[in-house]
Amino acid sequence: MVDNNIDIQILGDNLSIDTCYQYVIDETCGGIVLFVGTVRNHNKGKDVTHLDFETYESMAIKELSKIADECVEKFQSKKLSIHHRKGHVGIKDIAVIIAVSSIHRKKAFLACEYVIDQLKERVPIWKKEFLTDGSYWVNARP
Amino acid sequence: MMKIRCFGIAKDITSQAFITIDEQLPSNVEGLKLWLEKNYPQFKSLNKCMIAVNQEYADDNTPISTSDEIAIIPPVSGG
Repeated sequence: MVDNNIDIQILGDNLSIDTCYQYVIDETCGGIVLFVGTVRNHNKGKDVTHLDFETYESMAIKELSKIADECVEKFQSKKLSIHHRKGHVGIKDIAVIIAVSSIHRKKAFLACEYVIDQLKERVPIWKKEFLTDGSYWVNARP
Repeated sequence: MMKIRCFGIAKDITSQAFITIDEQLPSNVEGLKLWLEKNYPQFKSLNKCMIAVNQEYADDNTPISTSDEIAIIPPVSGG
């Protein structure tokens, strides 16, 4: 979904930091902040072999668009690019990229953090973690 | 017939990407949650699931009908 300075994609292939970066470049902006979420090889003391992301794609895009709109409202963000992976993602691979441009740096930092925090809270994407001895849906059980 | 989309652990519990309710359809989200817990007791052991109606989070009082797009949203874990 690309609309009104907001670029949101859920992709089955490797994500590109440069694509997100290029999208948010703006001649009126003095700061760009990028967050890159990567897959680590351990969680809660166990070895992780890979992840699998499932998405309710239409709703996830809708919810991410709302979060991006909130950034424009709260932090006067100029341009936002949010790319999230779906499917099988390996160790060290990029799971998510958030890029935000802003007139001044401070609000770009704030907006970037806001997006990742809200994404983890309310965007319908589910992570299945594969360990050496099994797999489970993250956050599903108490 | 009411069709419900299942994702993540909800899909594992029901073993299906869609489940259907054929009779005594719940009239709102609360009714659907009760139906789910009755027919799939494993839902009780999960962290709280949300229900989305037409791709928006819905509270217990939200009415539902066969023409709505309804989905079970288990606790999310993106990023």
